[in-house]
Amino acid sequence: MIKTYALENLDCANCAAKMETAIRKIPGVNDATVSFFTQKLTVDAEEERFEEIMKQIVKVCKRVEPDCVILR
Amino acid sequence: MTRKQKRTLMRIGASALLLITAVLLPLEGLWRFLSFLPAYFVIGWDVLWRAVRNILHGRVFDENFLMALATIGAFCTGFFGEGEYPEAVFVMLFYQVGELFQGYAVGKSRRSISSLMDIRPDYANIEENGALRRVDPQSLHVGDVIVVKAGEKIPLDGMVLEGASSLDTSALTGEALPREVGPGDDVISGCVNQSGLLRVEVKKEFGESTVSRILDLVENAGSKKAKTENFITKFARYYTPAVVLSAAALGLILPIFLGNWASWISRALIFLVVSCPCALVISVPLSFFGGIGGASREGILIKGGNYLEALAHTETVVFDKTGTLTRGVFKVTAVYPESPFSEEAVLELAALAESYSEHPISRSLREACKNSLEPGRVADVQELSGRGVKALVDGKIVWAGNDKLMEEAGVDFEKREEPGTIVYVAVDRAYAGAILISDEKKPDAKETVALLKAAGVKRVVMLTGDAEKAGEAVAEELGIREVFTELLPADKVREVERLLGECSPKGKLAFVGDGINDAPVLSRADIGIAMGALGSDAAIEAADIVLMDDKPSKLSTAMRISRKTLRIVRENIIFALGVKVLVLLLSAFGLANMWAAVFADVGVSVIAILNAMRALKGR
Repeated sequence: MIKTYALENLDCANCAAKMETAIRKIPGVNDATVSFFTQKLTVDAEEERFEEIMKQIVKVCKRVEPDCVILR
Repeated sequence: MTRKQKRTLMRIGASALLLITAVLLPLEGLWRFLSFLPAYFVIGWDVLWRAVRNILHGRVFDENFLMALATIGAFCTGFFGEGEYPEAVFVMLFYQVGELFQGYAVGKSRRSISSLMDIRPDYANIEENGALRRVDPQSLHVGDVIVVKAGEKIPLDGMVLEGASSLDTSALTGEALPREVGPGDDVISGCVNQSGLLRVEVKKEFGESTVSRILDLVENAGSKKAKTENFITKFARYYTPAVVLSAAALGLILPIFLGNWASWISRALIFLVVSCPCALVISVPLSFFGGIGGASREGILIKGGNYLEALAHTETVVFDKTGTLTRGVFKVTAVYPESPFSEEAVLELAALAESYSEHPISRSLREACKNSLEPGRVADVQELSGRGVKALVDGKIVWAGNDKLMEEAGVDFEKREEPGTIVYVAVDRAYAGAILISDEKKPDAKETVALLKAAGVKRVVMLTGDAEKAGEAVAEELGIREVFTELLPADKVREVERLLGECSPKGKLAFVGDGINDAPVLSRADIGIAMGALGSDAAIEAADIVLMDDKPSKLSTAMRISRKTLRIVRENIIFALGVKVLVLLLSAFGLANMWAAVFADVGVSVIAILNAMRALKGR
């Protein structure tokens, strides 16, 4: 399942790249893109465990860039 | 400017004032050191706080940490006699100015791209008890009737029931000329109604409408990254640790052997400031994003940075003929009257004889005939399938059809060899003349072929299902040397595969089609380009690049944008890396100061961003 989320306070391009790398490493995530310019996160992950995976993504993002909020 | 940015601006001003005061105060020793702290904390507290917080989260070597370390280091070296306190404050100040500008510039380009995309309709009008009511376009269904007033956007794809107007399609196609519509015409969401009131029957739900599809496509373009983008992200992952390690070697190991700790440590601090890869990480994707945005303003939708990049390396362009280089509609292109008949008379006779037929050929005859056709003049029409018609026009027997019909009627006629469809006309068994009907070439088709060749495209190839003679004639007129005719859709895939095999390893093959029946070819080519996509879902789905209007010359515009974008990307990479390496080298030998380092970090980012924003300008 592919879903797109808006991101708030994503202030640095390098952080976006780091978030992307970190999210892609989460098991169950097939693909993920963090676009600094559109301020959007696109996640392609297993449908059954999507909510669980999303929770992990939020946690990972918090660690990489504490200011950035994923709007859901 | 956002609130946050305004606050930063105030802090910059306050800190600058405090810094000037501290410099002017006649203090010595520890008091002098303390006098600079207010200016430093006003401008740097957030950086210091984030640095501490990120270390607690297990993240070292981020920008904040590096800046904190560099400025605190500068304070320390100042305390021990090397360097000056103002330097530490000023580095932080300059860093914040740079960050502010960077944020502002990125925000601005982001906004100008989204304003390009300002085609999303906010509401639709529906009529209820004689009054208009605004509703959410998403709530409407197929078959609902909406009212579009002058100056409003058409919210959903549909068909005009009542009213006539001219539509501004420029937001979708980049085409300045308005399009006239009347009852029965299809209209596309995103166009602006310029003059009259239109009553439109909804044909597609909002999610399926052209506007939604286009917005989806452009907004998701960022998720397909160009090779250069991926390279830069990867590069950044190695660059920062490498520079930080060199800094450690410079500041902690070399002085063990060479002494003079303060000087080596200040050189190491410069390394730390230069180690941030931001200029590259921001400017390269920004250039691609800008290029895609600029192209969409020209009515060229590109589905990802990778396609924009590939377009610059196009070596072979394969065109489908019908609907791409030609209009795909039949038109009378020549009339050959036999005396005593005039051109007009021949056309009128044929048009009258065929006035009851809905065949495309008959329609083109009626369109070409300028006189009004009174149905009362025609009687006793006989359609002779595969040959033509026989009818009584003004009391005379008129035959209009192909050569077989003429032979059947026993008419003595002159057989013509031009490519296209030929309608022979005879009146009372006497030959009156012939009419040539062919598919009309697009006005910019010839120019396109020339432009592509001038742009360095090595092979321009035309594929068509048409007969050999017709296809070759069109190709010759357009200046295309390679043409393959009488192809079935499956043959086209095979031809494209063969041509792909003949490309050089780095060269790309672009296939341009009208999106109808050529989805397999579009997906097989390196770059599949569909054109005239207004309203054609299949084309938007299957292609990598969509030319919104009917002009093949947009392909050369797209190539120009692609090349310009790649040039900007190259400039930025060379400039940013060049300055950084230069400052690193100079500082390793003790020739660069902290100011140069901050320029190499923030200054370079700002310049690279400004350069990247040029990509947005399209041409």
